[in-house]
Amino acid sequence: MSIAAKANALWEYANPRKFLATSERVLPFFWIVSITCIVVGLVWGFFFTPDDYKQGSTVKIIYLHVPAALMAINCWLMMLATSLVWLVRRHHVSALAARAAAPIGIVMTLIALLTGAIWGQPMWGTWWAWDPRLTSFLILFLFYLGYVALWEAIEDPDTAADLTSVLCLVGSVFAILSRYAVNFWNQGLHQGASVMRAGAVTGADTEEKVSNIFFYPLLICIIGFVLLFIALVLYRTGTEIRARRIKALLARERVGG
Amino acid sequence: MIPDLGKYGDTVLSSYAVSIVLLVALIVFSVMRGRKVRAEMERVEQRMSRNG
Amino acid sequence: MIALLLRDLKLAFRAGGGFGLGLAFFLIVTVMIPFAVGPQSSLLSTIAPGVLWLGALLACLLSLDRLLALDWEDGSLDLLATAPLPLESVVTIKALAHWLTTGLPLVLAAPFFGVLLNLPVPGFFWLVISLLIGTPAMSVIGTFGAALTVGLKRGGLLLSLLVLPLYVPTLIFGAEVARRGATGMEVQTPLLMLAGITAATIALLPFASATVLRINLR
Repeated sequence: MSIAAKANALWEYANPRKFLATSERVLPFFWIVSITCIVVGLVWGFFFTPDDYKQGSTVKIIYLHVPAALMAINCWLMMLATSLVWLVRRHHVSALAARAAAPIGIVMTLIALLTGAIWGQPMWGTWWAWDPRLTSFLILFLFYLGYVALWEAIEDPDTAADLTSVLCLVGSVFAILSRYAVNFWNQGLHQGASVMRAGAVTGADTEEKVSNIFFYPLLICIIGFVLLFIALVLYRTGTEIRARRIKALLARERVGG
Repeated sequence: MIPDLGKYGDTVLSSYAVSIVLLVALIVFSVMRGRKVRAEMERVEQRMSRNG
Repeated sequence: MIALLLRDLKLAFRAGGGFGLGLAFFLIVTVMIPFAVGPQSSLLSTIAPGVLWLGALLACLLSLDRLLALDWEDGSLDLLATAPLPLESVVTIKALAHWLTTGLPLVLAAPFFGVLLNLPVPGFFWLVISLLIGTPAMSVIGTFGAALTVGLKRGGLLLSLLVLPLYVPTLIFGAEVARRGATGMEVQTPLLMLAGITAATIALLPFASATVLRINLR
């Protein structure tokens, strides 16, 4: 298949009916694999990894904290992408997918913030510090809240999709600006995002690495969270499509009758 | 059964509890709403096909 | 364009709306602060730059929901949309009118309120400068928020929820300039960042506001 044909095939999923049929078929796979991954990763991490020599058993929190934080950011990126697709190509599924994803992002941000606070208490001696990373996540949380509130507030679904898409674009720019502003405003306690650095895996930089023993269960947890996110988005988008269809049917009934 | 978590036992267990509760709540709410909406759509569609 | 600006200004003064209210709110916030944190002058002078910035920001926010709502209700917004003037200019003018009636009075009043909070002497200059540079950004961002929520009943609370996170970078750099100025530190970096944010929002955000307004007027 040529690239253009492939791209066309991708756009076919923008058809709500096709989307529902396909997601129905693949959803069981995503549910099962994601939950298996999370359970295996957490059990491995919780029962079969040693304590860190510095952080003690609190290092086990990493298996929840890091995947949730990753998904909190990726969820916003996904909403940004689907918002752009909606604005450019006007595919309803895309707008509804963004709407379906937002509450997942809220929960992921909340998990990252709460586990971080619980973790910070023994490590830094405080539940909350105005550290740049923590502060940025709190701001991200506020952006999610505003986005969801705007969706809820507007009656007409197409207007709501348009307005929230623009808000998502503008919000993304301001979220990045806030990240830099917050960095400038306070240098923090939080260690660097060690998981994603190449040196973290090989242990090339000894200071802030996540060593191999912790890395494999963490990787499984991350994969599990990603798949769970996909499953939830597919499922919730299906719900939004159906809710939209009910609205359309009822409107037609009112006009016809 | 539970491994020795040392003095940080509460910390680890509470963060696991909080996260799992939140995740389960998210899944349960999503599925509940999904079921409700699907049932309602079928009801509306049936009514439409009878009337229409 | 100038006619539109004059009309907006006239309306603001006649309705007694933005102009007096924002200032009064700023004054009340400033007066309430010592009641909340205690009268020690050393404490007050430490927090004065930040508190004054926050007060100005909230006063700005307070007047936002009237920015477009009146024109929306009496239908003149529809007229403006069909007028030869592009909607981008209309929202820029609206933001300018909002700044002249709300932002500028706040900037001018800030030094007097600074006296109430024991603002250190070198802080006065930098407070006024930072507010002068920062408030236009607040008006432009606020116009975007007002355009988003213009069609909604009870949009006021939602407007705050949407706009406040967008104010974060402006507040951080603005208050940083005022704080550093008050303690005699070097202010160049935050001042440049603040000016950069203001310039970028003025240049780009009216396009987003106009897009959003067009969607709402559909």
